[in-house]
Amino acid sequence: MTTNLIQLDDVSFNYEQSIALDHISLEVGEGEFWALIGPNGSGKSTLINIILGLLQPTSGSVKLFGSDIESFKHRERIGYVSQKSNSFNSGFPATVLEVVRSGLTRKVGMFKSFSKKDEQRTLEALSIVGMDSYAKRNMGELSGGQQQRVFIARALAGEPDLLIMDEPTVGIDQQNVASFYSMLNTLNREHGIAILLVTHEIDLVTDLATHVACLNRTIHFHGKQSDYKKMEDDDVSRWYGHPVRRVHQQTDEVER
Amino acid sequence: MINDILSYEFLQNAFLSGLIIGVIAPLLGLFIVVRRLSLIADALSHVALAGIAGSLYLSQQVLFFAALNPVYLGIASAVGGSLLIEKLRGAYRHYEELAIPVILSAGIGLGAIFISLSKGFGSDLIGYLFGSVSAVSRQDLFIVIVIAIIVITYIRFLYKELFALSFDAEYAKVSGINSRYIQMVFMIIVALVIGASMRIVGILLVSSLMTIPVAAAIQLAKSFKSAMIYSIIFGELAVIIGLVSAYYLDIAPGGTIVITSIVILLVVLAWKKMQGGRNARMVKGELV
Repeated sequence: MTTNLIQLDDVSFNYEQSIALDHISLEVGEGEFWALIGPNGSGKSTLINIILGLLQPTSGSVKLFGSDIESFKHRERIGYVSQKSNSFNSGFPATVLEVVRSGLTRKVGMFKSFSKKDEQRTLEALSIVGMDSYAKRNMGELSGGQQQRVFIARALAGEPDLLIMDEPTVGIDQQNVASFYSMLNTLNREHGIAILLVTHEIDLVTDLATHVACLNRTIHFHGKQSDYKKMEDDDVSRWYGHPVRRVHQQTDEVER
Repeated sequence: MINDILSYEFLQNAFLSGLIIGVIAPLLGLFIVVRRLSLIADALSHVALAGIAGSLYLSQQVLFFAALNPVYLGIASAVGGSLLIEKLRGAYRHYEELAIPVILSAGIGLGAIFISLSKGFGSDLIGYLFGSVSAVSRQDLFIVIVIAIIVITYIRFLYKELFALSFDAEYAKVSGINSRYIQMVFMIIVALVIGASMRIVGILLVSSLMTIPVAAAIQLAKSFKSAMIYSIIFGELAVIIGLVSAYYLDIAPGGTIVITSIVILLVVLAWKKMQGGRNARMVKGELV
């Protein structure tokens, strides 16, 4: 029996009196690519923060790699890219290499220094995102799209089994968004990394994802991408809260 | 000057302390500046003032304190202030920066009370406020050496964690780095460096030695490591030039050290501006 990388059972979360998440249950398995979609204020980022342990659910349980989140020790198995990465301090004096290498901090362990092997691993992570030739460049000199690739490389440096991304394309121009998603596709298909991606870009992402979860305080749909595509636009519009017309841009459906 | 240093113990103490502080203050200051915590050093130095003034006042009242080096109480109150700031930051999650002016005001308030209560410790206090070349004792030098060992050990062994936390605190937390523990120790270390530096630079100017060399360094540095090296070089330059001029002009070294570091910053900014103009002209093809 395979262990779910993420298992949410009946998770609810309240901000003071208002309900942000209402009885959410979701399972993310090995090698799956989940797109978590929903309108603004639907609780997507709250759910991600609960999965990452930054927020405690009001009720329900969260398991990561089969362990309760409180006792989960192997944080290096999870790579994280936040939407805040787009607004980092560009005046921070750090090279691309230094930033990506910081993704290995937990794996290397306290009181130890980075080794040559760690540097090699850092360069490999940069090469996956096509940024190895930028290793010695200052972070502030890069474009938004390049910076976001660096943050993904940082998340990949620890060789995670699961990549969690919270709207990573905010602030990136449309041309770079397409190549960014193509890179995610490669990470998932060729490197076998499971992905949980929070996004607004329904059409672009649902063509890449193997699974889709539709969230608006509660889960309205979760399942395979092919089943999501079979839903009527009217049904999607109903839970989304405003009219939605989906345009599927890719023809090769992902069935895994 | 060299002969004087070799001849007089007080000059040896001042210069050795200065050289050590020139390394540790900007070194730690780099982490303070990039984490946008520059005002914390200011707040803690004012809390140290309360400790120093308290110790000087008590030395007039209680025999035990007459024999106690006021630096100890200064360091202890700065450490206490650092822990209080952390506690207050937790209480005001959405207004974390409020903790800094609260503690800073408390430090000045207590300092003012002790100074008013005392029956004149003018020259002693001036030495603590603005630094002194002649007042650094062997015991002060010993305290500086011990604190320097603690600071360098801390940064040597937690460099990775400190960098991760400085660059992206949320990511550090998510990736399982014990940020709370590291932050707590960091604040205590900042308090210790303030305690170590106040004899030379003075309480009122100690935060400047932690931030101004760093402000110049980040103008030039491409990497975090180079920012560290530039910060230390600029810190050392400011301390050496500042101490030598203070000795010859017979004035407080705090002022000369800080003004030297400001001059270094201005030179770096001017050089950066010239470089920027030169690069722009090269792009236009005016220079080969």
